[in-house]
Amino acid sequence: MKHLSALSEAVIKGDLEAAGAATQKAIEAGIDPQTILDQGLISAMDVVGERFAQGAMFVPQMLRSAKTMQSCVALLKPHFQAGTVSTKGIIVMGTVKADLHDIGKNLVAMMLEGAGFTIIDLGVDVAPEAFVRTVSEKNPQIVGMSALLSTTMPSMASTIEALKQAGLREHVQVMIGGAPVTAKFAEEIGADRYAPDAGAAVATAKKLLNIT
Amino acid sequence: MLIIGEKINTSRKTIAQAVEAKDVAYIQSVARAQVDAGADYIDVNAGTFLEREATLLPWLVETVQSAVAKPLCLDSPNPQALVNALQVHQGEALINSISLEKERFEALLPVITSRPCRVVALCIAATAMPTSAEERIDVACQLIERLTEAGVALEHIFVDPLVQPVAVDVRMGPAVLDAIAGIRQRYSGVGTICGLSNISYGLPARKLINRNFLALSIARGLTAAILDPTDRELMAGLFAAQMLIGQDEYCAEYIEAYQKGILGASQSNP
Repeated sequence: MKHLSALSEAVIKGDLEAAGAATQKAIEAGIDPQTILDQGLISAMDVVGERFAQGAMFVPQMLRSAKTMQSCVALLKPHFQAGTVSTKGIIVMGTVKADLHDIGKNLVAMMLEGAGFTIIDLGVDVAPEAFVRTVSEKNPQIVGMSALLSTTMPSMASTIEALKQAGLREHVQVMIGGAPVTAKFAEEIGADRYAPDAGAAVATAKKLLNIT
Repeated sequence: MLIIGEKINTSRKTIAQAVEAKDVAYIQSVARAQVDAGADYIDVNAGTFLEREATLLPWLVETVQSAVAKPLCLDSPNPQALVNALQVHQGEALINSISLEKERFEALLPVITSRPCRVVALCIAATAMPTSAEERIDVACQLIERLTEAGVALEHIFVDPLVQPVAVDVRMGPAVLDAIAGIRQRYSGVGTICGLSNISYGLPARKLINRNFLALSIARGLTAAILDPTDRELMAGLFAAQMLIGQDEYCAEYIEAYQKGILGASQSNP
C-alpha cells in the first residue's frame, strides 16, 4: 500500500507535516484505521527502534519520530469506533518515591506507546501504594519503574514487596531501569527484567508478553 | 577555575573492582594522576554500592587523603554516607550536593553546617526538575538564601544548574548557560559548578560536545567543573577558554600548560 509506505517513511524521518498529510490521505483512501496504525505507524516505530539499537539513529531522532507518530494517532483517533483500538498491552510507568527524574521514563513511555502499548504514566515520586492502587484498578500487564538515584532504588524493592502483599505480584511483569540500575539489582529484588534504554525497553516488553 | 577530578566513581568498572578488592594502591594512583593533571579537589563516589556506601565512602576518603594532600568532593545523596565521610575527612570538604527536595534539604542542612565545608547547591525544586533557565535561577536563589541564612558563606556555595541532555531537548544547552549567567549576575560572589557528561547523553562524539560545553559555560561564568583532568583535550579546552575570557594574565597558565605538555593529544613533549 503506497499510502502506508509514504506514511511510514515520514514517521521514520520525523516529518510532522508529511506524516499528517499521509495519514489524511490514507483515511480518505478508506484504509481501516487499525491498519493505518499497525502498518503505517507502529511498523515505522519498529524500524526506528531497530536503527537506534544499531546506532544508526540517536535519541533526538527517536523522540522526533515518536512525536510525529503521536500527532498521527491524534488524527486517527476520531475514526476509530469507540473501544475498538487494539493495544499490545497496558503498562503502568513511574519514577519511584522521592525521585524526580523523568527524562528517561518519558522517553521509554513514548517508545512503548510508539510500539503499540497503552501507557499509564504516574509521573515522578510515585509511592509503592500508588503503584499498587493503579495495578489493582487498571489491570496492566507490565509495571515499569525508573530510578536515577542510588538512594531511591530501594523503593523499587518496596514496590515489588507491596505488590506481593496485595496479592498482585503474580498478575504483572515488572521492568526496571535508570542510570544506577543494573540487571544484577533487578535479579536481587525480584524484578522480571532490566532494560538499559528506551529501545531495549520496547524489545523487553514485547519479550515479556510474548509478542513479536 | 576550580577543577574537581571525577574519576574515583564506582560507576566506573575499574574503580568498582578496586573498591571491592580494597586495592588501596590503585585508588591512590588514580587520585595522584588527577592531582598531577591539575585537580584542586578529588571527587569520591561509591553510590553504586547502595547500602555499603555508608562504609565505603569514608574508606575512599581515608585512602585518597593518605596519598594526596587535597580536599575531597564527597559525592552522594545519602546523608549517612556523607556524615561518615565527613568525619574522617581532613580539611574542608566539598559536599556534593544539597537541593530543595524536601527530605534531602532537611537531612543535609545540619550536615553541611556541622563543620566548615563547601557545598554544591543543585537546582532541583521540591517537587520537579527545572524546565528552563528561569526555573533554575529561581531555585538557585532560594537555595542561596536558605543556605546563607543558615550561616554558609556565599563563597562556599557552588550552584549546579542541573545539566540535562540536549538530545532530549536542544533548549537544554541555553537553559544551563543562561542560568549560569543569571545566577552570577544576581550573586556575584557565588560559585557555579557543573559536571559535563550529562549534556551529551544520547549523542555521538560525546567528548567533542562536552569540551565545547565547558568552553561555553566558562564564557558565561562557570567557576568550577567536575571533569576528568587527565583528559588532555578537555584540559586544553579549559586553559584556552579561561585565557579567552581574560582570566590568564600574560597567558601565563596557557603557556605553562603547553610547555608541560598538558595541552592536547598532539603534544610531542615528554
